[in-house]
Amino acid sequence: MEPFKKITSVVAPLDRVNVDTDAIIPKQFLKRIERTGFGQFLFYEWRFDEQENPNPDFELNKPQYKDAHILIARNNFGCGSSREHAPWALLDYGFKVIIAPSFADIFHNNCFKNGILPIVLPEETVEQLFQNVAKHKGYQLTVDLENNKITDGQGLEIPFSVDEYRRECLLKGLDDIGVTLMQEDKIAEYEKNYPSYYKIAQ
Amino acid sequence: MKPRTMFEKIWDNHVIYSEENKPSLLYIDLHLVHEVTSPQAFEGLRLAGRKVRRPDLTFATIDHNVPTTDRSLPIEDPISRQQIETLRANCKEFGVTLYDLDSPEQGVVHVMGPELGLTHPGKTIVCGDSHTSTHGAFGALAFGIGTSEVEHVLATQCLQQKKPKTLEVHVEGELPTGVTAKDIILAIIAKWGTDFATGYVIEYTGDAIKKLSMEERMTVCNMSIEAGARAGLIAPDETTFAYLKGRRFAPKGEEWEKAISAWKELVTDEGAEYDRRVVINAREIEPQVTWGTSPGMGIGISGVVPAPEDFATENERKATQNALAYMGLEPHTPITEIEIDRVFIGSCTNGRIEDLRAAAKIANGYKVAPHVNAMVVPGSGMVKEQAEKEGLDKIFIEAGFEWREPGCSMCLAMNPDVLAPGERCASTSNRNFEGRQGRGGRTHLVSPEMAAAAAIAGHFVDVRNWEVKEREGKAHGTV
Repeated sequence: MEPFKKITSVVAPLDRVNVDTDAIIPKQFLKRIERTGFGQFLFYEWRFDEQENPNPDFELNKPQYKDAHILIARNNFGCGSSREHAPWALLDYGFKVIIAPSFADIFHNNCFKNGILPIVLPEETVEQLFQNVAKHKGYQLTVDLENNKITDGQGLEIPFSVDEYRRECLLKGLDDIGVTLMQEDKIAEYEKNYPSYYKIAQ
Repeated sequence: MKPRTMFEKIWDNHVIYSEENKPSLLYIDLHLVHEVTSPQAFEGLRLAGRKVRRPDLTFATIDHNVPTTDRSLPIEDPISRQQIETLRANCKEFGVTLYDLDSPEQGVVHVMGPELGLTHPGKTIVCGDSHTSTHGAFGALAFGIGTSEVEHVLATQCLQQKKPKTLEVHVEGELPTGVTAKDIILAIIAKWGTDFATGYVIEYTGDAIKKLSMEERMTVCNMSIEAGARAGLIAPDETTFAYLKGRRFAPKGEEWEKAISAWKELVTDEGAEYDRRVVINAREIEPQVTWGTSPGMGIGISGVVPAPEDFATENERKATQNALAYMGLEPHTPITEIEIDRVFIGSCTNGRIEDLRAAAKIANGYKVAPHVNAMVVPGSGMVKEQAEKEGLDKIFIEAGFEWREPGCSMCLAMNPDVLAPGERCASTSNRNFEGRQGRGGRTHLVSPEMAAAAAIAGHFVDVRNWEVKEREGKAHGTV
């Protein structure tokens, strides 16, 4: 996994509550067996009409958000299906940071496993960011994970917090499985004392 | 010792390692695998030169992508076929048991696991599927994970987990006739919203829950994820033990006795405290119908479609406006006046034998409305076989329903069972998101009874007033 430290980018808004992972990546695109190439299908049914033409009203199709790596969203972002194809699609499309008042649990977890930083901020703060994006064309933010703060170069400074362990994993690009395997002796010990009635007779 | 909740006991039993400010390392007792969320995980193992640590605790099936029509024909969609063949090859390479399409036990992963007796109280169970919460009905700590975590469990049989908080959802009182487990969970989500349980493990308690059968409990726990919960739990009791006894992978003989005494210890201690508690009265619950594009957008059958201005916040008003536009509904329309085009009875929420019995009881002796296309998709091969033994297939077919092969089918429409744009469906599944059952498709979530009644009437009706026709001969006495 790529380490994540700091990023400065244009901010794209997605002004809807309860954005589910079916909307992020519709099921017809879940059949690939790779982790890559999902960006082209991100928000597919909102981005494209039934003739596969771009929908000009959809936020991400507006030219000013073309190179955005930061997405601001509303409550309960990423709810529904556990499909990790959702963060894969967001990352492949270019998003490295998602800011919202709340995230669904599994999605939130999946982001960290893929080097995406999901940031939870109070609803009023997120609302302020939506207003700033609407007011200033090309509005940019810098998200600095080493110092836990967001700035806009115009005097705005927002501190944020992320679970300390996950922050460390992101900063170092750590492989979770490697970390767990360091506890091999404890896993083996646990398995030795495993309840007999849970052993599955094949 | 401080009194503990059931969740805390299961958690404590499985923590291998913990350190302050770090996630705990949790041992996983059962890992269920399906074709959609596993290929990248197996590929990761291969690239790192790792093995599946406990193939004996790992079970796979093919459910999301499979056609529900003739199984002897090749799968037409080449990408679906590739995904299925990839799972076959991976199971073979890594030594994982696969219930393949030709297996009589193949089925939706959350229907199959309990049927095989793999799901036990007190276990930790994961699957790359959010509806893994279903297994919590047995008092197992069961939750959905992403593909990176699937790889993690395959490699280590453990997961790094931050301890969730506990939430008691107390369902008091008696459930009225015609109101089902599906209505309980839909009413809970409608009342408190789709994120009220985010960060929590729910334990469902109360008289109404205790009286539910195992299959009904699975329906309730299944949709815990639609409330945002990490997992849903119900205390194991005699109903649980009776369901499990004698199943293929249930403990036998002396081990069974040992298991029962351990499982009885799991229930929440008197005086244990939950982080949060909510109460709902079962007597106040009506048969539910969702009207919008989020499972929380639901209402009782006697209600009307709400208007955006009925809601307190700007975000809710906007969401309601979008939902009504997508659903093609006008505010204040009585729910019973909403006409439907399609009916889907099945899924990990409501594709079990009791669900099919309940739907068949309503359908018996009636005909599906001429403008409605209705299908019944059993949750597994075992459900299908049992239903056919009881003659339920005949009731459905005579009434004009299609009787299909098992799979996830139109719950998420990855296979050819898809809604056309604008088609309106009464569905016993779990999600009414935009495009979930097909682009432009409009999903209303309901119980199996409500779905069957809607198929016949052509619009939603209050199943509490349904005239059930006695089954002639009553061959097996089940309907």
